[in-house]
Amino acid sequence: MIQAEAKNANVWYGDFHALKNVNMSFEPSSVTALIGPSGCGKSTFLRLFNRMNDLISNFKLEGSITVDGQNIYAKDAKIDEIRKTIGMVFQKPNPFPKSIYENVAYGLRVNGINDRRTLDEVVERSLKQAALWEEVKDNLKKSAMAISGGQQQRLCIARALAVEPKLILMDEPASALDPISTAKIEELIFELKKSFTIIIVTHNLQQAGRISDYTGFFYLGDLIEHDHTQKMFLNPAQERTQNYITGRFG
Amino acid sequence: MKKFKKLVEYFVEAVLFSSSTITSLTVILIVIFLFREGIGMFNSSPLEQNFVIVVSQKNPVQELNATQIKAIFNQDIVNWSAVGGAKDSIILFTTNDITNYYSEEELGSSLENLPAKLNDFILENPGAIMYISSKSLPPNFAGHKLAVKKIGVADFVFGEQWYPTSEPIPSYGIWPMIIGTLMVTLGALLFAIPLGIATAIFMAEVASMRIRNLLKPIIELLAGIPSVVFGFFGLIIIVPLVQKTFGLVVGETVLAGSIVLGIMALPTIITITEDALRTTPQALKEASLALGATRWQTLVRVVVPYAKSGISTAIILGIGRAIGETMAVLMVTGNSSNIPHSFLVPARTIPATIAAELGEAPYGGLHFKALFALGIVLFIFTIIVNSSVEFIKNRSRRA
Repeated sequence: MIQAEAKNANVWYGDFHALKNVNMSFEPSSVTALIGPSGCGKSTFLRLFNRMNDLISNFKLEGSITVDGQNIYAKDAKIDEIRKTIGMVFQKPNPFPKSIYENVAYGLRVNGINDRRTLDEVVERSLKQAALWEEVKDNLKKSAMAISGGQQQRLCIARALAVEPKLILMDEPASALDPISTAKIEELIFELKKSFTIIIVTHNLQQAGRISDYTGFFYLGDLIEHDHTQKMFLNPAQERTQNYITGRFG
Repeated sequence: MKKFKKLVEYFVEAVLFSSSTITSLTVILIVIFLFREGIGMFNSSPLEQNFVIVVSQKNPVQELNATQIKAIFNQDIVNWSAVGGAKDSIILFTTNDITNYYSEEELGSSLENLPAKLNDFILENPGAIMYISSKSLPPNFAGHKLAVKKIGVADFVFGEQWYPTSEPIPSYGIWPMIIGTLMVTLGALLFAIPLGIATAIFMAEVASMRIRNLLKPIIELLAGIPSVVFGFFGLIIIVPLVQKTFGLVVGETVLAGSIVLGIMALPTIITITEDALRTTPQALKEASLALGATRWQTLVRVVVPYAKSGISTAIILGIGRAIGETMAVLMVTGNSSNIPHSFLVPARTIPATIAAELGEAPYGGLHFKALFALGIVLFIFTIIVNSSVEFIKNRSRRA
């Protein structure tokens, strides 16, 4: 069974060929880490799965991206509907300048769900899933801007979980956080993978090793190697993967 | 060589320092000047210089206020008992009336007998009230000058009549101008705010780069058009349009002024709002879109709330632009100094009054001072507007 899949994905930004014929699939309830040096295309690849690249004016895709068996780039695909089933967590915590409660409720509210009881339930459930509930349960009306960076990032995760996505995309979610907050996020990812499929971009190879089941190594727009994380780190098939993982370039 | 460099540095510093000092001093001097001239209004008698109002020595009335004098000379009050005097009818007399009582021979060829005749008149008519030049008073005049109450700040601000040159006593009530200014400004904002914000949203969020690059210079050009041109445009296009649309006798109305002012406030509102909308971090927009919000939902729920302090600033600066605008308003509002009770009647604003009347007000006279006092009122308005901008900025910085 496959949760999400890229087939012969080629991406151009104008004349720049950013992703070259990438084929990759993701199993349900797994964590896949995308690694590679800056500019290798891993973020571009991640953002294919919720059509975030559409915001860039000269973006062009060839090939297909399927989530839940549905081609999300089909002509009749509804972008907003697709994005509702896919959560995303960004590099820097980016809570809305609203209350903690409203941040989590946002995804439901834009879906037209304003029933107080439903919202209360979802907010509590999501904050618990994101391991933030105990810290903020008495201050749900507090501005999300007033909590710490690590808490903000977990709030952003809760916000993404509130719409009950199947797939969660994480773009270096811990790179702007201190080690303790990073550890909390990693624990959280470990918990979350029981019920969600997670694709995570990271610069931190140890992190990739700790949290992921599969790892994909990107280099200059090519997917060099994609395998079980243990295999990738201990016995990679490609020399370039070996060199990158051992720190000889990157 | 090193010494020379130091000298140059010192010189540059001195130039910078003196420039800023001169600028600040100029501002302070202007404010002082404005207040000195304007405040003078409240320290002087409302009578024209060198003119007096006199009554018979037997008349017990010593002091009247401007309203009473006006009522007497308009013959609304015809008996002294109404103003605290004896039961005696009031006989009005101004210098022009002299020929009704005395022949030209009696007065003399160069009016040399005028003072004596004035004396005779007051002796013969103990109920008389005379508005005459103080130069024509005889040395042993048989009457006494009436003291006239000074104009109070409340009379000035809340007075409903503005007759700055009426005789014997002018009226300086600026309430119609305050209401006129506020109504014209309000009307301007009622259509400039929605239009301006809509345009800004279009430019910041909807329009393609090419359309935006086309639109931006046009809007900036709109800000650079001289206000007299706007006034001219208003007079030729808007005024007849308003007149025809509403079937009015005159098209020079509050509405016409509002439309012209609104157009003039648009560039301010649009540019500042657009800048504010653009400051919304891309990350927030992406977060919203990633949660399945449409572009429109993102705009309403994230972008606009994020930019709201900038949008408020834009609106308030738009108010500032509208409230102080002179020339265009002068040309299209009809300048009637009555309190406007609707948007379809003529009105008059504070700056238009100053511009229209300063030329004919004798230097240093009461009318002149009254116009400066109007300037103070306008100044206070703009201070309120500017400090609310500061207030909003500070508040958003803290949040």
